Amino acid sequence: MSGGHSTYTPSTGIEKWIDARLPLPRLVYDSFIAYPVPRNLNYAYTFGGILAIMLVSQILTGVVLAMHYASATSLAFDSVEKIMRDVNSGWLLRYMHANGASMFFVAVYIHIFRGLYYGSYKAPRELLWILGVIIYLLMMATAFMGYVLPWGQMSFWGATVITGFFTAFPIIGDPIQQLLLGGFAVDNPTLNRFFSLHYLLPFMIAGVVVLHVWALHVTGQTNPTGIEVKSKTDTVPFTPYATVKDGFAMVLFFILFAYFIFYMPNYLGHPDNYIPADSLKTPAHIVPEWYFLPFYAMLRAITFNIGPIDSKLGGVLTMFGSIAILFLVPWLDTSKVRSAVYRPWYKLFFWLFVADAILLGWLGSRPAEGVYVVMAQMATLYYFVFFLVIMPVLGLIETPKRLPNSITEAVLAKSKGGAVPAGATAAPETKG
Amino acid sequence: MKTILTGLATLGFGVMLTVGGALAQEQHSEAEPTHFPIEKPHQESWSFAGPFGTYDKGQLQRGLKVYKEVCSSCHSMKLVAFRSLEELGYTEDQVKALAAEYDIQDGPNADGEMFTRKGIPTDYFPSPFPNDAAAAASNGGAAPPDFSLIAKARAVERGFPTFIFDIFTQYAEAGPDYIHALLTGYDHTPPEGMEIPEGTHYNPYFIAGKSLAMPKPIDDGQVTYDDGSPETLDQYSRDVSAFLMWAAEPHLEARKRTGFRVMVFLVLFAGLVYLVKRRVWANVAH
Repeated sequence: MSGGHSTYTPSTGIEKWIDARLPLPRLVYDSFIAYPVPRNLNYAYTFGGILAIMLVSQILTGVVLAMHYASATSLAFDSVEKIMRDVNSGWLLRYMHANGASMFFVAVYIHIFRGLYYGSYKAPRELLWILGVIIYLLMMATAFMGYVLPWGQMSFWGATVITGFFTAFPIIGDPIQQLLLGGFAVDNPTLNRFFSLHYLLPFMIAGVVVLHVWALHVTGQTNPTGIEVKSKTDTVPFTPYATVKDGFAMVLFFILFAYFIFYMPNYLGHPDNYIPADSLKTPAHIVPEWYFLPFYAMLRAITFNIGPIDSKLGGVLTMFGSIAILFLVPWLDTSKVRSAVYRPWYKLFFWLFVADAILLGWLGSRPAEGVYVVMAQMATLYYFVFFLVIMPVLGLIETPKRLPNSITEAVLAKSKGGAVPAGATAAPETKG
Repeated sequence: MKTILTGLATLGFGVMLTVGGALAQEQHSEAEPTHFPIEKPHQESWSFAGPFGTYDKGQLQRGLKVYKEVCSSCHSMKLVAFRSLEELGYTEDQVKALAAEYDIQDGPNADGEMFTRKGIPTDYFPSPFPNDAAAAASNGGAAPPDFSLIAKARAVERGFPTFIFDIFTQYAEAGPDYIHALLTGYDHTPPEGMEIPEGTHYNPYFIAGKSLAMPKPIDDGQVTYDDGSPETLDQYSRDVSAFLMWAAEPHLEARKRTGFRVMVFLVLFAGLVYLVKRRVWANVAH
C-alpha cells in the first residue's frame, strides 16, 4: 500500500473470481505479505503486533467470561468467584483477562515510549500518532470500567473517586457525573452501564486499530534511523521478515504473560478487591490499578489553588492535560531530525522522562502526604516541562549528529563486512 | 556539559529519593504509630509456595478442624461448598457425613414453610449469624469478615524494593503469612504510653490499627489433632492459614501444574521461532 502498486497476482481460477468481486485476499497480501518494512527495525518495533494479539486475547477471554458474569450489585462479586471456583478453567480465563489488561498496558507503554524515542509522530505520521492516542484513551476507559465489574472494594471506591473527578468542573460537572453513574452514587445502574460499555469499547478499539494500521500502511513505518525509505534496498517484505521477528517477540511476551497468570496472578491487583464492595466502609488507601498511577500522582500533586481554579479542579485539569498534551506532540517537537539516536540532548531528556514517569507511578501508590506531595509536584512539573519547553526549544538549539544518507548506509556501517547487502531483498523470493 | 547535566539529574533524583525515604521514616512515634501494621509479618515457609507448590492435605485437614472448632463460631465461609472438601483428601462418604453435621435452612416447601434439613455436599458452609446486622450486633458493631477469600484479601505492603524482588521469588503468600502473624501476635505488651481502646486487643501485626476487636481466638492445646502434629498455637495458626489459602485459591495446584507445561512449551517454541528467525534474516544485514 505504501505508495507502490499492488503486486498481488491471483494464480488460481477461484482467486481470480474472488479478486474481481471482493479483493480481500489482495488487501491481505499487500498489507501483510508484500508490504515493505524497513530492514533495520529492532525489537522495540514488535509491540504493535503484540498489542494486536493482546486485544484479540482480551476480547476472546472477555466474551467467555461475560457468559458467566452477572452485572448486578447483588450477584457480581459471587458470579466472579463462581467463575474462579466452578467454571471449567474459569480461573485461567479470569486470570488471563485480568493480567492480560496489565500486559496490554505494559506493551502500550513500551509502544508509546518507542514512538517518543524515535520521533514516530513527526510528519507525515501525525494522524497515525493521534489515532494511537485515541486507542490509548479508549483502553484506559475500558480498563477502568472492567476493574469495576468484579464489584470488590477497590472496584467500588475506584469508581467513586474517578467519576468524582467530573464534579470538579463548575456547572457541567455534576450532570456529567450523574450521567456516568446513572444516579447520585455508584450503584446498580453504574455497574450495568459500565458492563455494557466495557463490552462495547474493545470493538471501538478494534475499529480505531484498523484506522491506525491503515494510516501506518499509507506512510510506511519509521525506523531507528528516522530516515525515510528511499530505495528498495532499504526494505524487506513483511513476510517472512517481520512476521517471524514479530512472532518471536510475541512468544517472548507470552512467556512474561504466562509467568504472571500462572505464578503471580494477583501480584498486579489489589488485595482489597477480594473484599465485596461496601458503600459504608472506605478503604484506608484508595489506589487505582498500576497503569493509572502516574496520572493519579499528577492529580494529587496539585494541592494549591491557582487564582480562581481550586486545587481539585487544578488536579483534574492537570491529569486530563497530561494525556491531552500527547495529541499535540507532533507540533511541539520542532526538531528536523526524527530519531533520538542522532539527538544526544533529546536522548538524555527522554530517558529522564522515562524515569520521571516511573517515579510518578511509584508516587501514585504512596499516600498523598508529607514529602511525597513535594516529590509528585516536582515530577509533574518535569512531565509538562518535557513536552512544553524541552521538546520545542531543544529542536531549535540542538546540534544533531551527522545523519546517514539512507537506511542501507546506516545498516552497512553497523555491520561492516558482514552479510552481502545486494540481493538481500531478493532473498525471500528465492527461498520461496 | 552533557555529563554534568546527567550527573545533576541523577543527583536530583537521588536526593529526592533519600529525603523522601528519610522523611517517610520520620514522625514514627512508638506510642502513637500512624502506619499499620506496626510489625511486618514474618515470611513463613509454605508447601504451596513456589512454582511447584502443592497443598499438604494433612495440613489442610487440620486447618479445617481448626476452622470448624474455633473460627466458624464467628466467621462465615459462604463461598466454599462441602463438595469441594474432597480436594482435601476426604472420600465422598466422608464429605457426605461432614455435610450432614450441619443444619441447613431450606424452603419454602409446598406449604410455604421454611424448614431445616441436614446438609448435603452441594451446600455451602452455613454462616454463624443469620445476617450481617446480627453478626455486627453480636460482635461490638463490626461483623467478623467472611473467610472464603481472606487469604487473598489481606496482604501487608512489602515496600520498595522488596516488591520488585517478589516478582522473581514468586512471593504470593502474603495472605497466609499475615494470618499466621496475626494469630500468633497477641501476647505482646503495648509500648508505654499507648492507649488501647476499651474492648479491643493490642496486636502489632493487625493490618488496620494498633488493636482489634477480636480477642485472642486460639491457644495451645485447644484443638485435638489425631495425626500427632504438635497442638500448639504456632501449629494451629500455620494449619488454618494454609487451609484458608486453599479456601481462597482452590485451583492453585492445577494453576501451577498447567503453568509449568505452558512455560516449557513456550520456552521451546521461542527457541524454535528464534532459529527460524535467524535463518530468515541470515542474509540481510539489519
